[in-house]
Amino acid sequence: MVRTVKFPGRYDALPKISNFVVDAAREAGLTDSQVYAVDLAVDEACTNIIDHAYGGEDMGEIQCTCNISEEGLTVTLCDKGRPFKPVKIPAPKENARLKDLKSGGAGLFLIHKMMDKVNYDFIKGLGNVLTMTKLKSTKEVREN
Amino acid sequence: MELTTTQYKRCDLIKPVGRIDGSNASDLEKLLTQFTDESKFKLVLDMSDVNFMSSAGWWVLIRIQKVCKRYKRGELVLVNVDERIRGSLDLVGMGSYFKIFDDITAAVGSF
Repeated sequence: MVRTVKFPGRYDALPKISNFVVDAAREAGLTDSQVYAVDLAVDEACTNIIDHAYGGEDMGEIQCTCNISEEGLTVTLCDKGRPFKPVKIPAPKENARLKDLKSGGAGLFLIHKMMDKVNYDFIKGLGNVLTMTKLKSTKEVREN
Repeated sequence: MELTTTQYKRCDLIKPVGRIDGSNASDLEKLLTQFTDESKFKLVLDMSDVNFMSSAGWWVLIRIQKVCKRYKRGELVLVNVDERIRGSLDLVGMGSYFKIFDDITAAVGSF
């Protein structure tokens, strides 16, 4: 089952995007902790789109597609902002002093930790395409 | 953002409700900054009714923690943190910058 909704690239759209994705994640049969992981990854990704790809609010739309399959849930986010293709995922600094911490930078790391498959593409006409999959794990399915 | 506050003898308890993400993290920051602007640096954040927090929210807590801990004048401590929030907080190494308590009495009593 595939559903696509376009949302405005605004921070106040984040809770609406969350509702859309969480409903799909539950429908896909993911566990509560997996649903939270998807919710967090999508929130971080959409915040990055507004902050970095568009460079602010109201600069474009975020197209969100949820694809529910046997293996789990795949979320695809498309935006027409600045092309973005990370070459490496910055890991958070370990044991940094509190006063040396600088805001930002955790989102990308979290997206990769929360999801099982993550892929970035820049497609002419479509723009940035971020595809993220959360797999139903056999172990957790058994626990249910 | 819905929020209740309770003043104790040695600290202030702040209890936000709901989801904290990029859409309202700045509201939380403004509310917490009101306390630090009034020289209240011993703060307990009761997160029992917070069911989601993205990194936008954590960075607010980190910035408030920096202000509170400056000159060793206080601290922001957390209580009743949802397991999933705590998991992701620890994953990015931010959990180590906060004392996290399981009950309000212990959190308030830490000051």
